[in-house]
Amino acid sequence: MASQDTPVSRRLRSVKHIIIVLSGKGGVGKSSVSAQLALSLYASSPTARVGILDVDLTGPSIPRMLGLDGHGVHQSTDGWVPVYADGSEARLACMSVGFLLKNKADSVVWRGPKKNGMIRQFLSDVRWGELDYLVIDTPPGTSDEHLSLLEHMAPVHSQLSSIIVTTPQAVALMDVIKCLSFTKAVNLAVWGLIENMSGYVCPCCGEISNVFSTGGGEDMARKEGLPFLGSLPVDTELVTLLDASEPAWMDGAPGFRVLERYKSTPSARIFESIVQKILQSSA
Amino acid sequence: MIAIQTATAVPNPISLPSNAPEHCPGTESELAGKVDACAGCANQDICASSEPKGPDPALPLIKQRMANVKRKILVLSGKGGVGKSTFTAQLAWAFASDDDTQTGIMDVDICGPSIPTILGIASEQVHASSSGWSPVYVQDNLGVMSVGFMLPSSKDAVMWRGPKKNGLISQFLKDVDWGDLDYLVVDTPPGTSDEHLSVVQYLKESGIDGAVLVTTPQEVALQDVRREIDFCRKVGVRMLGIVENMAGFVCPKCNGESQIFKPTTGGAKRLAEETGLELLGSVPLDPRIGKSADHGLSFIDEYPDSPATTAYLDIIDRIKDILGDA
Repeated sequence: MASQDTPVSRRLRSVKHIIIVLSGKGGVGKSSVSAQLALSLYASSPTARVGILDVDLTGPSIPRMLGLDGHGVHQSTDGWVPVYADGSEARLACMSVGFLLKNKADSVVWRGPKKNGMIRQFLSDVRWGELDYLVIDTPPGTSDEHLSLLEHMAPVHSQLSSIIVTTPQAVALMDVIKCLSFTKAVNLAVWGLIENMSGYVCPCCGEISNVFSTGGGEDMARKEGLPFLGSLPVDTELVTLLDASEPAWMDGAPGFRVLERYKSTPSARIFESIVQKILQSSA
Repeated sequence: MIAIQTATAVPNPISLPSNAPEHCPGTESELAGKVDACAGCANQDICASSEPKGPDPALPLIKQRMANVKRKILVLSGKGGVGKSTFTAQLAWAFASDDDTQTGIMDVDICGPSIPTILGIASEQVHASSSGWSPVYVQDNLGVMSVGFMLPSSKDAVMWRGPKKNGLISQFLKDVDWGDLDYLVVDTPPGTSDEHLSVVQYLKESGIDGAVLVTTPQEVALQDVRREIDFCRKVGVRMLGIVENMAGFVCPKCNGESQIFKPTTGGAKRLAEETGLELLGSVPLDPRIGKSADHGLSFIDEYPDSPATTAYLDIIDRIKDILGDA
């Protein structure tokens, strides 16, 4: 396998770990988990270099979540330059089809083969440079995008792993089981399962409501023999932060604002322990 | 396994074939079949010959089947997990509550079919007869078709690329014995890709009566719905309006209302104003909605007094109004 030399393998050889964030179901928080994963990995060490690639071509959310709406991608002699969420420090590189659209309401109406071509370009033409982690956010399902990713990254298969995100209700868990079958079929390593939107704390009385039920993810992980990485409650502070249009950084102003604000959300602390689990097992 | 493995790609009636290569010049182009990108394409011979291209052989069959369907409604949303399938099910249940109304649901979410679970018929199977595949009936006047009925086990992943998905959708439209229907509600996967293009193209001749767009209040979801609106305008599908789901959360203990998914940019109301569409209504977030869906129960029948039920019924009445069926 190592002898296979493709533009993708040449580009991704300098990436230590590639983590694909999957879920059969839509709207369970793949993008928000991807964003949190990237931010937490970034914060885990002052020298960590992290990339985040959004291959949800018809519904890209990552630019908005990292406060990068409206940025564009530049060409250089060495390929496309990703958008850096932390400004001049350039340790958090981000790439999404959202950066390529002129107008944010433009729809990308593409069938499979065109999506495949775009993904190949993202993997082979983006100047990621040396990265410790590349987090890949995917659309829901197990179709063109997923198969293309795995196909193009076959030469670097040993660097690949995945995380599965779910919400606790039965409808979502069913799709997750399909997703798990997918990882088995393509021989993709799974770090484990994250249960998102597990309970909501009422801001008035502190009562915990299980808006989308709870515990379903943990039960399933046990049944399927999958490591359970943790459950994230609904965190309105995080929802607001990732939904705000505030720019990630300002010219001249120091600091990476999204990260600073992220660190103060309740989710950041829970996510830290998830990232610790990943760092330990990847070390 | 059953029929799905024989699902074949059918050439597309309009613009690009679904199995076209990445840089296909378009079948209408003078260069069709003659450029580098055409090398190896299954359609190259057809394109390169100057003979007029016949229409898709599936189209007349679909038209024939659909001639017995009065109303065809799409449920769309750019974003996943906003409640498309739940809304589809409620809409169909509401239509079918009238014994004389024949209703059908077609689930074209091939990779993540939720409709069978939500309707409580997950263990059913499709049967074939001389007149085609029989839908699975939830009640006398509510028939359902989904890829979920065709999998040997619910654990199986459907790892299909576009052309295979398109083939199955065309089969759902031409080979399913829908019978005479008053309403056919089509539940779609998130996005604006193969499934959406195929449904629109296959139903172009029979006519789509309208699309309902489902969203949640936060900007991340609205962004995707704006793309879906752009898609509908591009392909010329009439939009009936927007439904906002998961709008406010009422704590069952203190009855205080809070916003889980905050409308940071004005929510669906602003979106409706910006795009000139009608906001059909807002459904509050009620944990019992999700629970009913998990157990295959109809929320509006189980909890007729809930504010969410009132919201659902108002929206459904409004949809009937717009269609002129009230």
